[in-house]
Amino acid sequence: MHSDRQHFDEMLLNSDGVRAPYAEYQKWFSNEDLTRLTKKSKEAEAFFRRTGITFNVYGQAAAQERLIPFDLIPRIIANREWTKLSKGIEQRVRAINAFLHDIYHRQEILRAGIIPVDLIARNDAFLPQMIGVAPPGNVYTHIVGTDIVRTGEDDFFVLEDNARTPSGVSYMLENRETMLQMFPELFSQIKVQPVSDYPKNLRRSLAACAPVHCAGKPTVAVLTPGIHNSAYFEHSFLADQMGVELVEGHDLRVVDGHIAMRTTEGYQVIDVLYRRVDDDFLDPLNFNPDSMLGVPGIMDVYRAGNITIANAPGTGIADDKAIYSYMPDIIEFYTGEKAILKNVQTWRCSEPDALAYVLENLADLVVKEVHGSGGYGMLVGPAASKREIAKFEAKLRRNPGNYIAQPTLSLSTVPIFAKKGLAPRHVDLRPFVLVSPNGMNITPGGLTRVALKAGSLVVNSSQGGGTKDTWVLED
Amino acid sequence: MLGKTAGGLYWMFRFLERSENTARLVEAGFRIALTRSSDPASEWKSVVTTAGVRSAYDAVYDHYSAAHVVDFLLRNPNNPSSVIAAIEKARTNARLVRTALTTEVWEAVNESWMALKEALKRPVKETELPTILGEIRRHSALVRGALHGTMLRTDNYDFTQIGTALERADNTARIIDVKYYTLLPSASFVGSTLDNVQWETILRSVSAHRSFRWLNNDDMTSANIAEFLILDSRFPRSLSFCSRNLEDSLSFLAKEYGQRMPCHDLIDAQRDKLRHLTIAKIFDDGLHQFITDFIRDNNAIGQQIEQDYRFIG
Repeated sequence: MHSDRQHFDEMLLNSDGVRAPYAEYQKWFSNEDLTRLTKKSKEAEAFFRRTGITFNVYGQAAAQERLIPFDLIPRIIANREWTKLSKGIEQRVRAINAFLHDIYHRQEILRAGIIPVDLIARNDAFLPQMIGVAPPGNVYTHIVGTDIVRTGEDDFFVLEDNARTPSGVSYMLENRETMLQMFPELFSQIKVQPVSDYPKNLRRSLAACAPVHCAGKPTVAVLTPGIHNSAYFEHSFLADQMGVELVEGHDLRVVDGHIAMRTTEGYQVIDVLYRRVDDDFLDPLNFNPDSMLGVPGIMDVYRAGNITIANAPGTGIADDKAIYSYMPDIIEFYTGEKAILKNVQTWRCSEPDALAYVLENLADLVVKEVHGSGGYGMLVGPAASKREIAKFEAKLRRNPGNYIAQPTLSLSTVPIFAKKGLAPRHVDLRPFVLVSPNGMNITPGGLTRVALKAGSLVVNSSQGGGTKDTWVLED
Repeated sequence: MLGKTAGGLYWMFRFLERSENTARLVEAGFRIALTRSSDPASEWKSVVTTAGVRSAYDAVYDHYSAAHVVDFLLRNPNNPSSVIAAIEKARTNARLVRTALTTEVWEAVNESWMALKEALKRPVKETELPTILGEIRRHSALVRGALHGTMLRTDNYDFTQIGTALERADNTARIIDVKYYTLLPSASFVGSTLDNVQWETILRSVSAHRSFRWLNNDDMTSANIAEFLILDSRFPRSLSFCSRNLEDSLSFLAKEYGQRMPCHDLIDAQRDKLRHLTIAKIFDDGLHQFITDFIRDNNAIGQQIEQDYRFIG
């Protein structure tokens, strides 16, 4: 999708200078030799290949392993900006957990008429199996990745609340490691808040959510669908960094009312399972009966309070794109505060007026599937051909409730290091939030995704996006 | 440790060992066909037989030539013992057990996979063969070096050693199996060119043509060679050496886990048998029978280990 409008660039001002957070970096950069940087850029790629930081692209022959391109110009966020962002994210995540507890218990928010009952009752992401289940500490979303975009100096919007199994945190960590290796001098000149505590914090946060009657040190494990999953690298990376086992469904079974993993010395009980398997595949007895990825009976163990599943099953009801449009109301309902971070204006195609507007303006809108992710199954109006729009319109008319639409935002840009020097590209930001009964922990920064094609607004790695190291400056 | 992880480590190192062994067979075959043989086709045929892939080869080709055999053993992805297939499987297992490997070991195996995939992208020309075989050997050494230098000596390490020992014993035993008739005393004509060529092939296939001379004062007799391959525990590819390594690794496991398993009885029995054997006794009882039994027992131990340590559910 291309747009001719003037974008807000986070580094370069229209005049000659740079924005304040980039001042120190610019000093360093202007003394750099472009040939050296090009060489560094190649080194980074070789480093990623060697360490195997790859992802698999679905629908491609022979399970191709690809690299997510890494751009060596950091995205820099001022301390003041981050303080505001993190407050807004914390508020949002607090509201999401309160919402989930409510929706699976008394459903006050439905009684108050704030959200239509149908939106919950007819939603595939709502799991009746979760009704009346209270996870330890009432934490539903142990890990959240809140997607944020920026359009101006003070204009931040939440694009999506990823409350199921957000991915990308390994890139956040490896991007920083790469920068530290390539440009150690930068980090002695500029004080950047560290991100490397994430794995340690994740393990502590998960352990703090262990079942209440778990005696001793809780055993944590990461559940992966296996080496063919697109995020397998991240699953093994996180297990390794936390020092916990990486298990697959066939390593697990129910033993005496607990979930246990098959070790060389017999079965060993797991207390907290950080699962990177979707709800649908978690338990063939309770959900999709064809699933080979899950553990038969795990939901029964879960409901008996003998294992913590992170994130809890059924959290998808909170990051559903149709629910998204109600987030400002949800935040206000549970926290009594106005939302700190703005929502993007959203038309719910389930509503006739909205649908009429969307059909009228398809060429200017972004239309997304309510349950879609990864940039699949969406229409980016301004970038689509007439034929693509017509095809999409037919789909939309058949099942309007399955779609929402949003205006095309004028996303901010950050320069990338291109062949001829700096070139502006659109970015978004995914900060990672850990939730436990002891509170929340947000790693400063997060994953910056960047659309590498000039003018493109699609940052998804599956659609040719890259990543950048993200710096939050010390005060 | 997960049973699956133990299995992944075991197979990762079996396949690494296999890729190296296959490369060594190609190297020996190439060398003999080039320098000594009046009948290269039969040399190449015996290389394919030793690699244990005769029927797979015969399904693709109708005759034995250097180009075909080399391509089949190095590059054919459908040949499970080809270097490329073995390194691919080793790397897949490494990905599976990545949390059980040090970064150095993982990177070494990942790099060797990347490099060999690149090197074996196109058919290997005769002129490039020595370079490529050298590269395969070097990468294998890098993985092994990273393993020895960086891995904790825990059960993780034991399973890598178990996989290596079993695969290597199997490989040496198969080399003897295919060429056993040239080692029989009755077939021995000291000084005859035929035997010298066959013996040299055998020794080169286990990279021991020089070390044998060092240890045996160049006393090339069939009995000496057979004894060296089977019973000499100084030689790191002999059956006795592999068996002892296997025993060591298994006893470390028993100690660490505080429990003996059925596989311990099997390895003890094998060790007892080898300890009391002499080469004369092996020849008396029949070399071929001995080797057939050894291959069978070696496989049985492997299967018992898979079961005892719950590689699969």
